[in-house]
Amino acid sequence: MNQADLKHADGTEVSTSEALLVEPSALSPGRRAFNTFVRSREFSIFLVLVAVILVATVKNGSFLFSSDGWRNFLLNPSILLLLAVGQAAVVITRNVDLSVGSVMALTAYLTGRLFIDQPGLPIIVVFGLCILFGAMLGLVNGVLVAYGKVPALVITLGTLYVYRGVMLTWAGSDRINAGDLPGDFLALGTKAVLTIPWLTIIAFAVLAAVGYYMYTARGGRELYAIGSDPDAAVLYGLKVKRRILAAFALSGALAGLAGLLYTARYGTVSSSVGFGIELQAVAAVVIGGVAIFGGSGTVWGAAIGAFLLVTINRALPSLGIEDFWQRAVVGALILGAIVLDRLLALRQARKLAEARDSS
Amino acid sequence: MPHTSPTLVLDHVRKTFGPVVALSSGSLTVHPGSIHALVGENGAGKSTLVKIVAGVYRRDAGEFLLDGAAVNFGSTVESKGQGVAVIYQEPTLFPDLSVTENIFMGRQLLGAGRRIDRAAMYAEAEGLFSRLGVHIDPRRPSEGLSIADQQLIEIAKAISLDAKLLIMDEPTAALSGVEVDRLFAVARSLRDEGRALVFISHRFDEVFALCDTVTVMRDGKYISTHTVADTSVDALVSEMVGREVADLFPKTPAEIGEPVLEVDGLTSTGVFHDVSFQVRAGEIVALAGLVGAGRSEIARAVFGVDGYESGSVRVNGKAVSEGDPRAAIRAGVAFIPEDRRKQGLVIDASVSRNVAAVIRRSLAKAGLLLPGAENKAAAPWAARLQVKTSALDMSATTMSGGNQQKVVIAKWLATHPKLLIIDEPTRGIDVGTKSEVHRLLSELAGQGLAILMISSELPEVLGMADRVLVVCEGRVTADIDRAEATPEAVMHAATHSLEAAR
Repeated sequence: MNQADLKHADGTEVSTSEALLVEPSALSPGRRAFNTFVRSREFSIFLVLVAVILVATVKNGSFLFSSDGWRNFLLNPSILLLLAVGQAAVVITRNVDLSVGSVMALTAYLTGRLFIDQPGLPIIVVFGLCILFGAMLGLVNGVLVAYGKVPALVITLGTLYVYRGVMLTWAGSDRINAGDLPGDFLALGTKAVLTIPWLTIIAFAVLAAVGYYMYTARGGRELYAIGSDPDAAVLYGLKVKRRILAAFALSGALAGLAGLLYTARYGTVSSSVGFGIELQAVAAVVIGGVAIFGGSGTVWGAAIGAFLLVTINRALPSLGIEDFWQRAVVGALILGAIVLDRLLALRQARKLAEARDSS
Repeated sequence: MPHTSPTLVLDHVRKTFGPVVALSSGSLTVHPGSIHALVGENGAGKSTLVKIVAGVYRRDAGEFLLDGAAVNFGSTVESKGQGVAVIYQEPTLFPDLSVTENIFMGRQLLGAGRRIDRAAMYAEAEGLFSRLGVHIDPRRPSEGLSIADQQLIEIAKAISLDAKLLIMDEPTAALSGVEVDRLFAVARSLRDEGRALVFISHRFDEVFALCDTVTVMRDGKYISTHTVADTSVDALVSEMVGREVADLFPKTPAEIGEPVLEVDGLTSTGVFHDVSFQVRAGEIVALAGLVGAGRSEIARAVFGVDGYESGSVRVNGKAVSEGDPRAAIRAGVAFIPEDRRKQGLVIDASVSRNVAAVIRRSLAKAGLLLPGAENKAAAPWAARLQVKTSALDMSATTMSGGNQQKVVIAKWLATHPKLLIIDEPTRGIDVGTKSEVHRLLSELAGQGLAILMISSELPEVLGMADRVLVVCEGRVTADIDRAEATPEAVMHAATHSLEAAR
């Protein structure tokens, strides 16, 4: 079907892949949608995820087909998924947020404290407070990046330590235990609807909302524009600073939500919550096809990346691979994703240049 | 001139960047239903003027009226809101996004529930392109489009803004004849709708074909305004140039020796084509031409920063391999880029560290580079070039542009080069120090150095160069000897009119 009925304006044949790149309008809407989907980065990462699940399940049927296996498959990636969605929004603007692990730890502890100190507080209010608190911490990052004109890498590396320090000072050697928390709240982490845990439903709902916003709202598209060429965004008159603030606030808010859900899921909060998870979030985003220099990729890809990362980590031990090699596999995955990105970008640039010269 | 109240009035507008005066007294009055040409040499202040109208820069002084009301734009949003659309010289597009998204970014058409209505946007983009008579797929990414196509997207964007004042800063520089004709047809129809247009171009045939009024600028100042019917190309050129070449430091005659640099058939698709020339010892050769003609790109390719597809570069008869600046340095080439603050200097480091930067390998003892050695090596050079700093360990940031330039030159002279390539040697340097840089270059040529100088300033080119190579759209269009180099000849060659230059 590749070399079918497509022709250039001058009558020469066009392959589907070339048409998709240079003249998408020449394809019928159905075919365009199909080809765009099949060739998307999200789809290929999804296939890798399916392959990992298949191999692990063939080796050990309970990997997926047991109530525990199925539950872990959905539940384990949910918290990382939330962080990856927020991280994707930030990376798309050509920034990065390394403070999410610390923000998550702070809100996880805040959740526990709220239930202990204000026993009558409705769960929904705790939700609101935690998201708001996370958004505020994210906003601090955003203000420093947008107005301080310091690279986000440095700013958020700084707040990573500052927020973690605040958490350590505040919590001390104190721990939150499941016994301190109301049962209704803990049920969020255990109860399920049609075998799908509540935690996963919340994460998917957030993913759907952010994904929809990024594709169909002006604000979402402007995030892509800012990451694609920040100088051009200024000349276009886009509200660059406000959008960057919003992206960091979103990342913070989702880290806040992740912290709350962490407490619901595990019931205990110690000072080491979310240690190093920010790098996993960045890894999920990169594996999911979001360009590290911004401007392209989707939160859907980041979400699949999060699933892949967590699922691989769970599959490797059951395949009998040693701990050391598990980390190496994840590292190889990240490097592979970046190399693949680079190769695809070069190939696309070359194809576009060829198309330009032949026209 | 129509007797209506003007859409745009700029009166004695001034803009400075630190010590550099970009625009000393810009004035422009544009009426609705008129296409107003703005002409002047590179550096005459046209682009600065445009950016003030667009709200990119804020003026320091002067009057700025839009439809009779005083305005003071602080951002491009404000100017857009008041109906000002600008097509910049360099296209500013988002490479990752589709052509349609580029046209509508920030003001996308919205459907129900404030959702972006992509179908409506594609339809409107197609409408815009068919009005312009061009074939660009509105769904494709803007990455990989030719400069001409990018320029067309800028134009489509500006037209879709429905602006009352449309400013086009050299929109035709990259367009083919047919595309230019279509653009002009659109411009005329916009004029007939009663909009005001400002058209900046170096091509006089276009100015005379399209515009009704023309304003000349020179050295950041307003010079004159004519109706096009009452003026001629020669009159405009003399007003644009109108300066005595003599007030600059003239090059002292030097003995011309053997060819040092031989460039043969250098080609890089879409950048420059079949470029061949020689620079001999003791000779200053200027690469003249308009901004974006490909002069800097040629120099970068010669030095090996950028690659090229075919052709050869030989220094002192030996071939220099492509894309390898270190090989070029070993062969005796020194390169002083245009943006000396970013590419030429380690701006926060001391003078001696900067001067010693390229030769640090030969200075280092057992891999260690001691400040004493750096100072010792740097001192004679700094003294020779009369770099005015109180101490060699002073940071380069605090120095004037002229002295910074001298530090960069000193840095390269310390490598004992055979060939010096210098891009815009006096850009951003105040008039007083300019002649010092000129004197220095002339002296170096006298000592047998071959110099390839890129300059957008005609007086500098005419005053300094033994030979002028004019580059136009990536090709060398003229090779003019010092004796025959006149402002008119260079300008004509740089703006396509090859016959006139010969």
